[in-house]
Parts: sequence; C-alpha cells; structure tokens
Amino acid sequence: MPTIAEKILKGKAGEIVECEVDYIMVNDITGVPAFEVFEELGLESKREIKKEKVVVVQDHYVPNKDVDSAEQAKALRNYARKYEIEHYYEIGKDGSGICHQVMIEEGFAAPGRLIIGADSHTCSYGALGAFSTGVGSTEAAAAMATGRLWFKVPATQKFVINGELRKYVMGKDIILHIIGDISVSGSLYKSQEFYGAVIEKLSLSDRITISNMAVEAGAKAGIIPPDEKVFDFLRGRVRGEYKPVYADTEGEYEEVLEYDASEIVPTVAKPFSPDNTVPASELDVPIDQAYLGSCTNGRIEDLRVAAEILKGKKVNQEVRMIVVPASKKVFEQALEEGLIKIFLEADAFVCGPTCGACLGGHMGVLASGERCISTTNRNFIGRMGHKDSEVYLANPAVVAASAIEGRITDPMELQ
Amino acid sequence: MRIWKFGHNVDTDQIIPAEYLTTGNAKKLAAHAFAKVRPEFSEEVKEGDIIVAGENFGCGSSREHAPRALLGAGIRCVIARSFARIFFRNSINIGLHLIEADVFDRIEEEDEIEISFEVGMIRNNTKKEEYKFKPLPEFMQKLLDSGGLIPYIKEQKWELNK
Repeated sequence: MPTIAEKILKGKAGEIVECEVDYIMVNDITGVPAFEVFEELGLESKREIKKEKVVVVQDHYVPNKDVDSAEQAKALRNYARKYEIEHYYEIGKDGSGICHQVMIEEGFAAPGRLIIGADSHTCSYGALGAFSTGVGSTEAAAAMATGRLWFKVPATQKFVINGELRKYVMGKDIILHIIGDISVSGSLYKSQEFYGAVIEKLSLSDRITISNMAVEAGAKAGIIPPDEKVFDFLRGRVRGEYKPVYADTEGEYEEVLEYDASEIVPTVAKPFSPDNTVPASELDVPIDQAYLGSCTNGRIEDLRVAAEILKGKKVNQEVRMIVVPASKKVFEQALEEGLIKIFLEADAFVCGPTCGACLGGHMGVLASGERCISTTNRNFIGRMGHKDSEVYLANPAVVAASAIEGRITDPMELQ
Repeated sequence: MRIWKFGHNVDTDQIIPAEYLTTGNAKKLAAHAFAKVRPEFSEEVKEGDIIVAGENFGCGSSREHAPRALLGAGIRCVIARSFARIFFRNSINIGLHLIEADVFDRIEEEDEIEISFEVGMIRNNTKKEEYKFKPLPEFMQKLLDSGGLIPYIKEQKWELNK
C-alpha cells in the first residue's frame, strides 16, 4: 500500500516517473544558471516559460555582499523582468525573506503538492504535507520549460516519536537526535514520514525545522501528514486549491524507527557533521558568536524562545550575537511583540532577512579559530567562513543560553 | 591520468565553497574546487583525472556548481561507494559520469586504473584486480549518452510546450 511519497509521485518505490510539478523555486545563486540553461533550450519567447509555476527569491547574497554577488542579483532581476515572473521576491518588499519561509508564508507550499526548488532545504514543505525536494539549476530549467521533471520514487522510512517532550527540547533536537542516530547517510535516496503523539502536538514551526533538516540525513523528502494546524495556517493564505494526501494505514515502509521523546535532550551537533551529536549539557566549549536565524530556525516561534531567555540579560562580553528573522513578516511580528527590543537591549545585532552567514555568505562570517553556536543546519568544514572555524548546531534556546554564558550551555542550567 | 582520493561524506561546501558561488561558469568554478580542504587540487588536476571516494559523496547543498566545478576541472568520472541524491541527479543531468562501486578500500592514488562503462568494469592495473559495477538504469544512461538533460530534452522533444 502506498506511502505519501508514492501517492504524490504516483508510482511505486524504485520506479522512475515523470510528473507535473506545482512550483519551481530558484534563488539568487541557483536562479541565474537556471535561466541561462533555460535559454539554451531556445524557447526565449515569454509564452514558452511556465511562469505561473516559477518563484524567484533573492535571499542568499542580498543585500549584495560584493560586486560579483551584486552582478548576480542584477542578472536574476533582469531575467525575472524579461520573463515577466510575477512570483518575484525582492528584499524589503512585502512577502520577501529567506526562500523557504517565503514559499510557506506566501501560500505556495500546501498538502499534496509536488514542489521542486533549486535549494537543498526545499524539503521544508514536507511539514505541510507536500512532496518537496531540492534539485539543481539544470533540472529547474527543464521544469520551467516543460512544467515536468523525472523522479525516482523513493522508498520511505517511518519515524514514530511518542512520549513527552522535555522543557527546551524543540523540533531541532528531535531531528538532530534522529540524524545522530541514523547518520548523515541514513536516509540516502529515501523519503521520511513522521508520526506519533509528539509530532501531532508540535507547532508547525517546529515541524518545519524537522522537515527542513531531512536532507541532512540524505533524504529526498521529510513529510508530516497534514492536520488542522496546517489547514488553519493555510486559511486565507494558500494559493489555489489543495488536496491533503495520506499514506494508507498499511503503508509499505522500508523501515520503522521509534523514539521516546523523554530521552531527547537539548542537542548539539559538533563540527564537522550534523550527525556528530551530543547533549548540550556535556559540552564546555567557549564561543565567539551566537547565530539565531535561517530557514531552519528563524521563525517567530524561534525568536520568542530565544527572547524569553535573553530578556533582561546581556550577551556575554566575549560573544557577538546575530539575530536574523527569516522573513519580513517575521521581523514585523517580532517588532510588534517587543522581541527586537529585547534582543537589542541584550546587545544582540539584529538584521533583515537573508541567508547571511548560514552558508558563509555575509553578516557574520567566521575568522580562523572562531567558534559559533548556531541555529542553522550545516556545520561542514568552513561552512560559515574560514576553514579553521567551527560551527555547533543547536536550537534557539541553547543558542540564547550560550550567548549569555559565553560557552555552550543547556538552558536548563540557567533556571 | 591521476586518481584523487577523498574520504566519506565529502560535502558540496568542500567541493566548491559558497563564497565562490557568484558564477555558474564551470571553468571559473574549477579554479576554486576543494579550495579549503585540498588547495593543490585546482592547480594540479588534469583533463581525464578520476576521483575516488567513500560514502555519500556530494552531500549538502543542491548547488549544481559542485559537479560543474568538477567537469570544469576536467574530472572524467567520480567513483564512490554512494552518492548524495541531489549531487547524483545534477551530475547525470549535466553529463558528469558517476560510478557507484565499493572500491574505496581497493583503489589508491598511485594506482593505474581503466574503466569500461559498457561492460561495467574497473580494471586496477597496479593491483591486477577487476571490480564490477552496476551500470546506470536505462533512462539515466540515455540522459548521460545525450550529454545531459538539456540535450536529451531537445532530442526527445520531451513534452515541450504541451
């Protein structure tokens, strides 16, 4: 009996299928090569691009970090104009932000949809019951021309998380715990589905963090069956109709992995791999920077958790803290709730939405020997800057507590 | 022909660090391939060289710049125990040959090897050994034979403008 992935891709695990995609997202890094490849197909006339499916977001190196990135953003802007792309998101404008937050907030992501994006964290929309996955620029170009793409239907692993979550344990800890268990290749070529009482209780924001990092285990998608929380979120926001898709009760899973949430603690992934996980409480590591943001953990719920810990406190004298809301909407909401004031009063640096330092772009690049505790998704060699810098991945509560203490800290220690 | 050996979980940030992602040009990207972890690579790599690696080669970002950088550097093919899926698709779609084979413990940098894609065989002339590998599924082989996804679409008129 079919899994969610098999139903959306309309095939059996292992088959190669060709499917109509609902949306194709590209950003300033992957978009320009995609349009260049599209033009190689020789279909330049405006009518020949499936423009209603194309979403273009400037987010990685904007505001431009140097002349080369400015040229790249300009080239993308020009392509968007040339092909009259209506779903175009420019910094500062309404709806803008980090591409995956935009896809979710602006109602592109919805249950049952098949969405591709030229960015690996496109798998984030699995939290809304979509089959969404990262592709390259050439594939994005092919889909812009044809509206379709080939897929190998993945086998599915079922993850069941039951029990009670402890205080300060978030979606980030669940997914880091799982990746620590199965390794960064534990879901290679596979789709993940998440079930259990803990997932049902989890906020949509925490679910997005889980789906977002499915790719860090090598997965093609990380899907959570959609429920009322998703439908409520989409009301008045979603574009067009959507139809939720669920696995059959006897879904054919390659593997079922069960976890007891009460055993999951605030978790940190040490350099240089997301599966190099340890409990935050076991680390005594001084830090130079604390980074709160990204498509993984830059939502209002993440900012609230960090602000609650930082309220009335100061970031350690030896630490720079950087706060990057994931979108303009998140920024506005954080302003309204007084969170930005809390961050500023705690001596954090707050900037507008951008992928920023997550991938070593700008807004917090690390020097040699520096260490950063970060709510982002990757801690590879040189990911946030110099090859001899280090990134420790954690949830927003751990990042806030560590910023105060100047060393990696389990927030329970501040109680 | 030289073999460049890498370990397990070689990520796309190692293959092409993010700060160089301001161009999609394969030759320009090749100048920075493995810049942080193996700076001599871009200087010394020659047309026809081969990469041998362990599990999960190309994990991380979806940047097609990674296989493009390797193509631009003249890499003829990558042999690994397994590949990350987006890297795998990107490589096939742009015409970079990949071989999934468990030879990580058998092939060293100083070895002399020959590859026969038709038969699915790697011959290690130094060790006098042969290793079989499974050819790609037919559809993917067709893509590669066409030179990648774009030439394939042009050849097949693949659902264009339907």
